[in-house]
Amino acid sequence: MSIARIAKSTITTSVLASAFMFGLTPAQADEHYVFEAGHTSLQEWLMPEVPYPDNNQPNAERVELGKMLFFDPRLSGDGNMSCATCHSPLFGWSDGLPTAKGFKSKVLGRASPTVTNSAYNSLQMWDGRKKSLEDQALGPMLSSAEMNVDLSMAINFLKGNSTYVEAFEKAYPGQGIKDETLAMAIASFERTVISNNSPFDRWVKGDKTAMSKQQVNGFKLFVDPEKGNCAVCHSAPNFSDSGFHNIGLASWGQENPDMGRYAIKPINLMKGAFKTPTLRDITLTAPYFHDGSAMTLSDVMDHYEAGGSVKTNLSPNMKKLTLTQAEKADLVEFMKALTSPQKPFVLPILPENAF
Amino acid sequence: MTSKYIAAILSLVASASLMAETVEVGQTDKKFTQDTLDIKVGDTVKFTNNDAFFHNVFSLSDAEMFDLGSYPKGESRDVTFTTPGEVEVECAIHPEMKMTINVQE
Repeated sequence: MSIARIAKSTITTSVLASAFMFGLTPAQADEHYVFEAGHTSLQEWLMPEVPYPDNNQPNAERVELGKMLFFDPRLSGDGNMSCATCHSPLFGWSDGLPTAKGFKSKVLGRASPTVTNSAYNSLQMWDGRKKSLEDQALGPMLSSAEMNVDLSMAINFLKGNSTYVEAFEKAYPGQGIKDETLAMAIASFERTVISNNSPFDRWVKGDKTAMSKQQVNGFKLFVDPEKGNCAVCHSAPNFSDSGFHNIGLASWGQENPDMGRYAIKPINLMKGAFKTPTLRDITLTAPYFHDGSAMTLSDVMDHYEAGGSVKTNLSPNMKKLTLTQAEKADLVEFMKALTSPQKPFVLPILPENAF
Repeated sequence: MTSKYIAAILSLVASASLMAETVEVGQTDKKFTQDTLDIKVGDTVKFTNNDAFFHNVFSLSDAEMFDLGSYPKGESRDVTFTTPGEVEVECAIHPEMKMTINVQE
């Protein structure tokens, strides 16, 4: 937050004045939070309205169609995998596996990222190779290692099913059933998978009882560059900077490691770098990291406390942390406050097979 | 006679280098402080990190390819642009940070 933005907000001048009295520069004052429920300085952590592209404004018809498509295994080569196979509501819109299993259960190299709040990502996929949810939606279908479907056959299946024909016409009148409308419908559904009502959100909005004292302390440690240093990448409001970092996982030290972002942007700094994932609903999506190497949030903390395992080409924003066991426990408890209340998810009724 | 030529050439070189400018572009709140910048061939752009974390600056444009590595708050890195054309400049760490530099003859 710039000083200009602070001036426009309702933070009192006394807060700024006290920041300067303690010798903080203007830039450091930007990071100065008042750790009181509902305080103005915390509001940047609340999720904004869900963004969407101009040509794909969501509506009920588009979302319902997208929901059917998302759960329909007939859009895979073997007719047994849907988007939800790897992005299941049963596992926080991931799959509960260290790394995904694709076509014929082949173990893939990276974990299934959650769909939760992916609507806010400026780039999709661990390496950011897709620019939007629409751009991403057909990728796994086409991949021979994943859903492995001939897209023209999938389109023909949809065109041959009267329920889908009707649903597409309602959702995208006159646009027909084609690659673009298939992707747009799936993206519209994915934009409804949102986490924005966690205990942390309620505390930011002013509910003093929403987070425990331990969790508030965990948040202080989270944003403190000298302690947890977490918010340097897991920044407001979605606990992600939409950026790419090599966090020094053990798998990076193996022979022929996954080069991550470097395959897309051949800049040295991007060797072994992956996108910062959101931490919202984090308790639902273990194991953690792009290689699924951390089973628990405590394991995650141990990794960061050590400043990473393999230091080659380590992100310059990583550093060894000095944390007590109690502080690490506080950080883990804080992360548990980032999960929104879960409700039973209602599955769609898929259109009947038309033989 | 020869010394006159040398003096004239030195004078031209001096005036050319005097005309070349250095323009500062900041990296603030995960944005470049300018979306676009018009400069001339020979001008230098000084990229200064004003954020509390590391940034990178790179370009893969044909007109000027460079990678300034990563550097922390308060540090700057310079690039002198020698070829006319449009140069897309980005931060590899934070891909939302983008700007365009138009290098003119």
